[in-house]
Amino acid sequence: MKNSILIFIFLMWILVIIGGGLAVVILGPFQISGYGEFDLILTSGIKAIIAIGMVIIWIFLLSKIKNWIFQKELNP
Amino acid sequence: MPERIIAAVIVSFIAFFTVYLLSPLLIKALEKRNMTVKDYQREGGAMVARPGGPSIIAGILISELVLYVFFPIVEIIAIIITTCLAFLVGFVDDRKVMGGWFKPVALAASAIPILLLGAYDYHLAFPLFGIVSIPLLYFGIVIVMISVTGNTVNSIDVLNGVASGFMTIASFALTISLFIIQNYEIALASLPLGFVCLAFYKYHKFPSKIFPGDSGALVIGAMYGTIAIVGGVEIIAAVAILPAIFNSFLFLSSMKRIVEHREIKSKPVLLTEDFKLKATPHKDSPVTLVRLIVAREPLTEKQIGFVIFRLGIFSGILAIITAFMVGVVL
Repeated sequence: MKNSILIFIFLMWILVIIGGGLAVVILGPFQISGYGEFDLILTSGIKAIIAIGMVIIWIFLLSKIKNWIFQKELNP
Repeated sequence: MPERIIAAVIVSFIAFFTVYLLSPLLIKALEKRNMTVKDYQREGGAMVARPGGPSIIAGILISELVLYVFFPIVEIIAIIITTCLAFLVGFVDDRKVMGGWFKPVALAASAIPILLLGAYDYHLAFPLFGIVSIPLLYFGIVIVMISVTGNTVNSIDVLNGVASGFMTIASFALTISLFIIQNYEIALASLPLGFVCLAFYKYHKFPSKIFPGDSGALVIGAMYGTIAIVGGVEIIAAVAILPAIFNSFLFLSSMKRIVEHREIKSKPVLLTEDFKLKATPHKDSPVTLVRLIVAREPLTEKQIGFVIFRLGIFSGILAIITAFMVGVVL
C-alpha cells in the first residue's frame, strides 16, 4: 500500500514537470497584438484561461491515475 | 556571508526555544481554563490542551522581527502580516464554530498584503523548461495559494504529531531548495518555520500534550504559502507537500465539495479494540491518506504518523531535486 502511495506521489511529480514544460512551451511565446493598450491584458487573460484549462486536465488525469492505482482500496 | 550565518543561527535559536519554552506554559494555561478536547483515538480518551497556535505565532513573530533587523526587506514584512492574519482567522475558528466557507475565504483575504506590498514576482519558474509570465493568473495564484496551503496543513492535522512533524520535513526541504536556487534572504526567513514546527512537535507527537488547533495549523500553512510566493518557489513548495495535497485531493474528489471535518457523519477510519486504526467499510465515507494507509491492515496512530513522515521525506527529496532542475534549462 505504502509503495503504491509513493508511486502515485512520484507520478504527481512527473505530471507537475510535464505540465510545467507544456505551460512554458505553449504559453511562453503566446502574444496578442493589434489591440493597442489592451494587448497585454488580453494576452494575460487568454494565457490565464489556457493555464486554468491545463490545471483541469491535470486534475482529470490525476483522478484517472488514482482510480487505477488504488482501485482495490477504493472499492473493497 | 558571516552576517547571514549569524542571522541564521540567531533566528533558528529564537524560533525553536520560544516555542519550546512557551508551549508548556500554554498547556498549563489552557488546562486551567478547561480549553481541552478529548483525544478519542487514545486509550482512556485523554483530554488534550488546544489550541497551540499562540506559542507557534510567538516563535514566528519574534524570530522574523529579529531577522528584519538584519535584513529589512519587504518580503519579511509580508510574511509577518500574512501569518498574523492567518493566526487571527484560525483563532476565530478555534473559539467559534464557523461555516465551511469561512477559512478558505478569510485565508484568501489574508494574502492581500502580499499583493499590496508587491512582495512577489509574477514569473513562474518551472524545472527544466524555464519561466513563464502570466500576470493576471499570478494574482489569482497568490490569493488561492495561502488558502490552499493553510487548509492543506489543517487537513493533515488529524493524528498526534502529524501536522507539525510533516511540516518540519517540508519546511526544511523548502529552506534547502531556497539555498540551492541562491535566494538566501528568503531561505533565512523560512528557517524559523522549520524550527517552530520541530519545537512544537516535541509536545504534539504521540501521545500529544497539545493540539495546534486551527490557529496553529493555519499559521504554519499560511507562512509556508507566503514563503513560496515571496521566494518565487511556488512549484518547489507544492512538490514538498505533495502527500498533503494528495490527501486534500482524495478528500475533495470523494466528497465533491468543501466540507468541515466536524460536519462529516461517517468517519474514514475506525478504532479497533486494541486502539489501532482501520479503514471504514462505508463507501460514502471520505477517502483520505490515512484511510489508504490503513486499507490493507490496521495500524497504530504512531505507525501511521511514521508512514506519513516517510512520504514527507520522499516528497522533500523530490522538491530538492526540483530545485536543482530549476537551474537547468533544456
